[in-house]
Amino acid sequence: MKNVAPKLTQEQYERNFAEIHPPLSSNSAVAEANRCLYCFDSPCTKACPTHIDIPTFIKKISTGNLKGSAKTILEQNWIALTCAKACPVDVLCEGACVYNARGEEPIQIGRLQRHAIDVYFERGMAPLFTPEPKNGKSIGVIGAGAAGLACAAEAALLGYDVMIYDANEKPGGLNTWGIAPYKTTQTDALKEVQLVQSFGVKIQSGVRVGEHISVETLSKRHDALFLGIGLGSASRLNILGEDLPGVVDALDFIEKVTTRNWSAVDVGKRVAVIGAGNTAIDAVTEARRLGAEHVMILYRRSRVEMPAYAFEYELAKKDGVAFHFLTAPARIIGNSHVEGVECLRMQLGEPDDKGRRKPEPIPGSEIMIPIDMVIKSVGQSLDETFVAQIPNIKLHIGRIVVDPNTLQTTNPKFFAGGDCINGGKEVVNAAADGKKAAHGIDRWIFKR
Amino acid sequence: MVDLSINCGGIKSPNPFWLASAPPTNSAYQVCKAFELGWGGAVWKTIGEPVMNVVNRYGAIDFNGQKIAGLNNIELISDRPIEVNLKEIAETKKLWPDRAVVASLMVESKRETWHDIVKRTIDTGCDGIELNYGCPHGMSERGMGSAVGQVPEYCQMITEWVTEVSTIPVLVKLTPNVTDVRYPGRAAKKAGADGIVLINTINTIMGVDLDTFELKPSIGGKGGHGGYAGPAVKPIALNMVSQIANDPEINLPISGIGGISTWRDALEFILLGATSVQVCTAVMHYGFRIINDMTEGLVNWMEEKGYQTLDQVRGQSLKRIADFGNLNLLYKTTARIDESKCIHCNLCYVACEDTAHQCIDLVPLNGKTLPKVREDDCVGCRLCFLVCPVEGCISMVRKDDGTQTITWNELMKQLPQPLTWEALRQFQAKHGIEIH
Repeated sequence: MKNVAPKLTQEQYERNFAEIHPPLSSNSAVAEANRCLYCFDSPCTKACPTHIDIPTFIKKISTGNLKGSAKTILEQNWIALTCAKACPVDVLCEGACVYNARGEEPIQIGRLQRHAIDVYFERGMAPLFTPEPKNGKSIGVIGAGAAGLACAAEAALLGYDVMIYDANEKPGGLNTWGIAPYKTTQTDALKEVQLVQSFGVKIQSGVRVGEHISVETLSKRHDALFLGIGLGSASRLNILGEDLPGVVDALDFIEKVTTRNWSAVDVGKRVAVIGAGNTAIDAVTEARRLGAEHVMILYRRSRVEMPAYAFEYELAKKDGVAFHFLTAPARIIGNSHVEGVECLRMQLGEPDDKGRRKPEPIPGSEIMIPIDMVIKSVGQSLDETFVAQIPNIKLHIGRIVVDPNTLQTTNPKFFAGGDCINGGKEVVNAAADGKKAAHGIDRWIFKR
Repeated sequence: MVDLSINCGGIKSPNPFWLASAPPTNSAYQVCKAFELGWGGAVWKTIGEPVMNVVNRYGAIDFNGQKIAGLNNIELISDRPIEVNLKEIAETKKLWPDRAVVASLMVESKRETWHDIVKRTIDTGCDGIELNYGCPHGMSERGMGSAVGQVPEYCQMITEWVTEVSTIPVLVKLTPNVTDVRYPGRAAKKAGADGIVLINTINTIMGVDLDTFELKPSIGGKGGHGGYAGPAVKPIALNMVSQIANDPEINLPISGIGGISTWRDALEFILLGATSVQVCTAVMHYGFRIINDMTEGLVNWMEEKGYQTLDQVRGQSLKRIADFGNLNLLYKTTARIDESKCIHCNLCYVACEDTAHQCIDLVPLNGKTLPKVREDDCVGCRLCFLVCPVEGCISMVRKDDGTQTITWNELMKQLPQPLTWEALRQFQAKHGIEIH
């Protein structure tokens, strides 16, 4: 990279990556909890993919029963802290809060959940759940992300021996490696891992299944296997100059930022992020917070089709991100490193198979944007070479096919959940899947 | 032009808002400050026998995050000597001739002692005397305060000792810690009192500390009952005020007290017969400045309703009070939910289903649920209306046409006595009333 943005002081980094939603004080948590109407059959609970009994856990905060509150939350969701901090609450629980209909601010459910779990963790994770007696069966979980951890926790409590195999040096998957530090931290993700381990779950880190140990071996070792493998490598742009130094994948970039060793992460003075999903927003705001002087999003469709949530878009705008809509990168320019991106202006045509209007280039509309660093964020795809090692597994448009009730794949011994079955959704969906799959496995093994 | 002035048993003030005899009226400094801000009168903190206070005098109930729904105290009468208080009363009255300055008295139950204190009080030039028969703690154990107010004979005797020498109006302040407040009220009337003040504080224990098992508040590890006041006691006070106001044997002006925090509260007391109203907990929570909204809000309300004086308002709701036996058994209402206003909290549903008469259904609607009242089954209890958090969403709609009226008392004259369930069932069936 030629024009590396000057490094900031540690103080500036800390300020830039300070939490957007800081913890509630005990007093303000009780005050907020007291605002809750304690709805019956509540819309917030229905909106939560893990169906946490939200009014009940909030009521317990208001009475000072914080241990009970944590139990109510964890009963439904083993990834409760990351969800509390990283869930798109605006479109889930808080978006469903009845206060919205009354024209008032919704209850801050995410922050209240965080309060209950923070306190529970701070006070030493007193045991809340009694595992069933050991049933003599063993489950192997591939991937220690949200889905894998949730499946492991639930299965361990059902009486299974559970071993998780994870390729990274630290477990937690994207919770540990893929969330912006102003939302959550590795430390928090690892506390959740610790909770899961407290149920007797074992984790082998740095083990890449298919490389260090074969699928076949695991298949013999365990009575059932859960695939919580997420998605694989980032999709390519397939344009000229894509492999120049200074072009990086968003998830690789975000991963470096999660380590909090911010001065070691180089960013260009002028940074373009290609794509406009929630990951792209994370990448572009993080580049800005690391000191990039000009940051922009290049997106070939318009604002209407943009996959990023409205609140993420607002966050990026506040960070001074320039959004170039209907702008498709045609090639990345540079000899030994990135110097610019040549883009084509687009117009929208007929809707495609997902119902989004297809962008079409406007002939002769080439523009050159001088750029020092390109971050690619146009999605990831399933690691199909790995999946191919498992016999009889069916895929459909890049996703593992499962029975929606049990999450069993077309190979009965294998179950799957999270991004590898949904193409990339929220942590909370993975948490819900993992739990559901554990019960799916239990029903299959014991023919319940 | 609205005139807020009142005359309560001969004690006049430019508005009906008086500070109650309590910590806020402990000194000339406080009372003068309150008068500057617009208070119409003040009843001085009770003066009398030598006393000494303890610390941690107050306890409060918070409700759902709101502070001081109720306030309890174990503070005694003034702990400053009689002469200091009388001197300051005289100075205050001189500075504020248009305001009501009332001295509250409590001495031992001896005729001479009362004669002496009453004469000294009159010499201050104050507008009236309030007899404290209400304090439920500390003084009552010494045979004063509520120990007097709870025994109509004592109440009458001591009041007579005061009225036989007093040349200024005498108000008697009653304790609510009795089964029927009209008895001490009638005693005061017989003894020649010029007005009744109620309610004094209610006996309460405020709470228990779950870590130490001590009472709240704890005075060095011990605590006891105190006197309870504040917003939580208002409904109790309203009832007692109306009982005194409607009692034909009493027929005296009333100074109403009990949880009055706003002009709206004050109006409710006035509509139930109060002439002046006294305030304590609200100023202890927010300071004397609340008088601004109290007078302004009251004037604005009177202008809006077209009243010029409080005489036109006073007691207007007394005729609306009826015994149960005189309520119309054929008046029918049903709950009705305005679907456009419903926010789908379903609190009406769970309240009706679990604790009332199971007549609200939850109907699926776009992934949410909509509560629907089965109006034929609704008994009109009004619980759903009360739990609904949205103004105007649930209303109680009248179902009868108003042509038929019968009260319990009238019905009992019609039906054969002793009353049987069968006879009552027939009456209900005739009028389409289903019990379930």
